[in-house]
Amino acid sequence: MNSAETLYQAFASSLDVDLSEINDDLAYNSFPKWDSTAHMILVAEIEAQFDIMLDTDDIIDMSSVAKAKEILSKYEVSF
Amino acid sequence: MLEDKHILVTGASRGIGRAIAEVCVALGATVYLGGRDDETLEHICAELGDNAVPFSYDVRDADQVKQAFLHIQKHIGRLDGLVNNAGVMIDAPLAMSRLEDLQLQLQVNTVAAFQHSQLASRLMAKNRQGSIINICSVVGERGSIGQSAYAASKAAMSGMTKSLAKELAGLGIRVNGVAPGFVNTDLTNHYPEQKRTEILDSIALGRAGEAKEVADLVSFMLSDHSAYITGQIIGIDGGMKL
Repeated sequence: MNSAETLYQAFASSLDVDLSEINDDLAYNSFPKWDSTAHMILVAEIEAQFDIMLDTDDIIDMSSVAKAKEILSKYEVSF
Repeated sequence: MLEDKHILVTGASRGIGRAIAEVCVALGATVYLGGRDDETLEHICAELGDNAVPFSYDVRDADQVKQAFLHIQKHIGRLDGLVNNAGVMIDAPLAMSRLEDLQLQLQVNTVAAFQHSQLASRLMAKNRQGSIINICSVVGERGSIGQSAYAASKAAMSGMTKSLAKELAGLGIRVNGVAPGFVNTDLTNHYPEQKRTEILDSIALGRAGEAKEVADLVSFMLSDHSAYITGQIIGIDGGMKL
């Protein structure tokens, strides 16, 4: 599984939706299942999958799948 | 009672923290003993065996705290329990309280506990279970003359406990506080005899508590035997009146 697939899978399992629903445009304020609890589960899942620990500012900024990719690139994850 | 659980205890090199580590190891947990005194931590862990792991870092240093949790994430991959025990108590009447002493108590007793809870909850969220125990104080609950700064830091911890219990319940994480009264530790052994006598007179059971007694309560709160308890500040003070 490449990094993008791993990230999409993390989103799908954290938001409890089918993988086919995940795309780069998916955003925090436009997807009802992506609430504050799901966000925390998502952060935990991303940290576990990529073996990193995110800064609080990055957790706050992670408002879409595309933004998550941008943030992860700071942690030397390439897409 | 705590078999297969991985638990981080801050301020574990002495007093209540050390007792908590000892009891949890005895009950089958793997315990990470946080503290600043490398030598003492190594010594305690050598006594407790392979299930006791020294974690030398300063809870006031946010980067060091983050590194400690990164180590747990990379090498253990889970955390079942966190005990925010590291604490500072500086007694002084209001007029003689230095602001830096207030800030130190807030930094260790409140801010460090907040950051630990923040990072621990992310490790716990992965498995949708965990127990966070904050060592609060009867002083934070009821107030005490000459301890306004300490009371402020511990009352903040109690408020944090109740809020996090609500916020993290959906993730299967329980958050509770344990509020000791007068316990025989390094924090209290400098008290002059007259003050000690006055305090003991205010305790219904007529004696100071022991660190092991607090540790027994904390171990219960960490265990699945307390699975339906969250958002509580549980006093352990021998019936103390302040």
